[in-house]
Amino acid sequence: MTAIDTVPAEVPTGQARGRGGGGPAPTRVVVAYGFWIFILSDMIMFAALFAAYAVLSGNTAGGPSGRELFNLRSVFIETMCLLLSSYTCGLGALSAERRQPARFFLFAALTFVLGGAFLLIECTEFAGMVARGAGPERSAFLSSFFTLVGTHGVHVTGGLLWLAYMVAQTMSKGLRASVLRRLLCWSLFWHALDIVWVGVLTLVYLMGVT
Amino acid sequence: MLGRLTWSAIPFNEPLPLVSAIVVVLVILAVLGFITVKGWWPYLWNEWITSVDHKRIGVMYMTLGLVMLLRGFADAIMMRTQQAIAIGDAQGYLPPDHYNQIFSAHGTIMIFFVAMPLVIGLMNFVVPLQLGVRDVAFPTLNSVSFWLTCTGALLVNMSLVIGNFARTSWWNYPPLSELAFSPDVGVDYYLWSLQISGIGTLLTGVNFVTTILKLRAPGMTYFRMPVFCWTSLAVNMMIVAVFPILTATFVMLLLDRYLGMHFFTNDGGGNPMMYVNLFWAWGHPEVYILILPAFGIFSEVVATFSGKGLFSYRSMVLATLGICVLSLMVWLHHFFTMGAGANVNAIFGIMSSIIAVPTGVKVFNWLFTMYRGRVVFTTPILFTVGFMVTFVIGGLTGVLLAVPPVDFVLHNSAFLVAHFHNVIIGGVLFGVLAGYNYWFPKVFGFTLDERLGKASFWCWLVGFYLAFTPLYVLGLMGMTRRLQHIADPSWRPLLLVAELGAVVILVGILCQIAQLYVSIRTRDQRRDLTGDPWNGRTLEWSTASPPPPYNFAALPKIETIDAFWQMKHAGQVPAEPPREAIEMPRNSPIGIVTAFFATITGFALIWHIWWMVLVGLIAAAIAVLAFGWIDDREREISPAEIAQFERARSGQRRST
Amino acid sequence: MDRPERIYDDRTPGVEEHESTANILSYTVGLGLAIVATIASFVVSQTGLLWAPGIPVGLIVLAIAQIGVHLVFFLHLGSGADSTNNILALAFGVLVVFLVIGGSIWIISNINANSPMSMPVN
Repeated sequence: MTAIDTVPAEVPTGQARGRGGGGPAPTRVVVAYGFWIFILSDMIMFAALFAAYAVLSGNTAGGPSGRELFNLRSVFIETMCLLLSSYTCGLGALSAERRQPARFFLFAALTFVLGGAFLLIECTEFAGMVARGAGPERSAFLSSFFTLVGTHGVHVTGGLLWLAYMVAQTMSKGLRASVLRRLLCWSLFWHALDIVWVGVLTLVYLMGVT
Repeated sequence: MLGRLTWSAIPFNEPLPLVSAIVVVLVILAVLGFITVKGWWPYLWNEWITSVDHKRIGVMYMTLGLVMLLRGFADAIMMRTQQAIAIGDAQGYLPPDHYNQIFSAHGTIMIFFVAMPLVIGLMNFVVPLQLGVRDVAFPTLNSVSFWLTCTGALLVNMSLVIGNFARTSWWNYPPLSELAFSPDVGVDYYLWSLQISGIGTLLTGVNFVTTILKLRAPGMTYFRMPVFCWTSLAVNMMIVAVFPILTATFVMLLLDRYLGMHFFTNDGGGNPMMYVNLFWAWGHPEVYILILPAFGIFSEVVATFSGKGLFSYRSMVLATLGICVLSLMVWLHHFFTMGAGANVNAIFGIMSSIIAVPTGVKVFNWLFTMYRGRVVFTTPILFTVGFMVTFVIGGLTGVLLAVPPVDFVLHNSAFLVAHFHNVIIGGVLFGVLAGYNYWFPKVFGFTLDERLGKASFWCWLVGFYLAFTPLYVLGLMGMTRRLQHIADPSWRPLLLVAELGAVVILVGILCQIAQLYVSIRTRDQRRDLTGDPWNGRTLEWSTASPPPPYNFAALPKIETIDAFWQMKHAGQVPAEPPREAIEMPRNSPIGIVTAFFATITGFALIWHIWWMVLVGLIAAAIAVLAFGWIDDREREISPAEIAQFERARSGQRRST
Repeated sequence: MDRPERIYDDRTPGVEEHESTANILSYTVGLGLAIVATIASFVVSQTGLLWAPGIPVGLIVLAIAQIGVHLVFFLHLGSGADSTNNILALAFGVLVVFLVIGGSIWIISNINANSPMSMPVN
């Protein structure tokens, strides 16, 4: 069948192909590229939040600063959880590509647990800060901290819900092409969140206490 | 139960908004009633509302833009009239509270719900056809984008009937837009409406970048794409790059308003200037997002109606990409006067002057295309020539404003107002109207009436100069923008000329409405049977008018720039229809369903009806998850249908 | 509905070659490098190993390195014959991120310097 992104029978050769003359790309490439562009837009949204944090981090309005609030030990554990979850995500993606559902489910479960651990530690940190009177409405520094780190946390939460949905789809439909495309998008998303976390770790926590 | 929504939200005691609200509601009810009586709902639902066809979505965007143009223009003529009347002792008819809402709504609507939908609509219709493919990369997402934009437009217009709109201008700067100084729903209407439609726009950006880079006919290398596709690529890259900044900025202001945070407040360490900075980091690229499609349209129109290929295609492409990158580096010129100091101002002033260069390159290329061509003076070409003169003047005033010491005198004066209307009307609007007249036969299968088209052009051109030249003078005389009352009676003659200009533009708009009406009534005399009424150069003219749902029976094989021109002159026979069925994406209600729940959620957020927010969000989530579960999302167009269409088309062609 | 997917060398981040060992290796090496970079960041920040004024620079360098590790080893950026589109898109994104963050810091710090009342003393 000739679908919307049909591959023509004769593919132009050589020059035309190398300079983008190869005709419409396959669905998988189109979907993954589109999602990559979306991820970049999300990175730019984070950049605006980072910019606000950078500009406002000194404005503590007489309240507590990062040095007083951040607990680097739990930040380290959080970071490792997220990093390991990126690893298990990658292995899960490999298992899916090789049509190994059992291994895929195992790595998906591990990723879910590690991501959940990250969120648990982060929520505990936030709750602790609020209990100490250092909630987001205390100062501009805290507003920008909670928003930047919290937005990342919301993305992680969304990612875990999406993962659960994808596991359900895989159970129901198996590892067919459409499911694999979505898993590809999901893993792009998950890796991107770890990249943002590297930024948060460095610019918020480590620079905040140094 | 209903948050802060009470009966007092309806402006019973304010005659002007009440009458406008009643008129608008009656018109909407009348339209809906008419459709119901005629039994058109099934047709509209199946063929338009749930359509994922880029051509249909493009038409719907254009319709939204043109309808909102009437609303935005109504705001404009109300302001012009107030300024013509309220001079010296006279107070006019619009109290300051209303006047402030009107100029805020005017700017917001014109930028977000007129200009953006118009250019996105044209890109939607034309780009896949010019690329020689069947649709965009993500057709269903395209539908979602459109309907989310409609949600935004609906929310802004709802503020006329229920509650009030923001009084803070289309920029909505804090601290004025913070809770302390704007506690009512106006700012929330602004923020949620733009936040929701912004998501739609961002998704459009993702869609078109992917389409242009990954879906082109075989053989169409980057340097064989039409220039309109290059400008569309640049525009959509910019949308992807800068709309997230606006999203983040609005999130921060919303958090200030809803959760008591201190991003931009006066107290708690907030920094209102950071809003200004981030807003314009979005805002400047936004205006280039508006103008670049117009540049692309002019390139197409100039080449077609000069009977010559565009002069220096490569420098056009480079200039476009140059504008794309440079536009990200000039944003401070919107707030030279706000204290960044001489060094910062100097750098951004220089960058703002530099960005005029690639635009100059484009103007010269258009002129050289026309030079020694056989120019046919149709309505699109008239708009193009009008643009070239008008936009150059507007651009020159822009370069003038880019000089910081000059800007210190002219910042936020009527001179500035004249400048940006100069480039937006002379550039964006003229481009859209040129494109509208140019591509109308392709979209609907018959041309637009030429005489009324030309009349509308002359009214717009003359009206524009009458309306805005006085504002240049007034700005130099010291008049600021957004004045509800004019203290200096010596400004009266100029303001009256400006009012006259607005009336002439009104006549131009009436000519356009008449043009549409007359063209539809006499459409049989004006049918486009060949698909190529203008002797065009690009691939969209190789299809029927209107094109079939699948655009091309067989994807064309591209060997040069201006592929269709080359095909015509090489005497190429139209390709044989394929023996196999063509798969196209199925229609889907997910677009309007998502937008419906987005509207409910937005309205509930504005009025603090928290249970409704939850319901709206959960319903939207369920809809998306349910849609994501569906497997069978394509339909087949059988070879028999294709053959029948192609036969009918050859019959049409032969009968000309 | 699976069409032959290997006609084009077009690559997108995450779309890997179907060679098993190379890929588990890629993820594992990436993980190892990332762990090293993370620990190094904590060490740089908490101990006196790096000359104090150089600590922010060191942290940023390590962060960029770790992001690079993620892009190459987890997202497979750069592998494949025609990954130009992906890298160009990334470059554009990086440019915008740099302009937004760097530009904002530069502009606002200048405005603050000229505004005596905007920075309350802690």
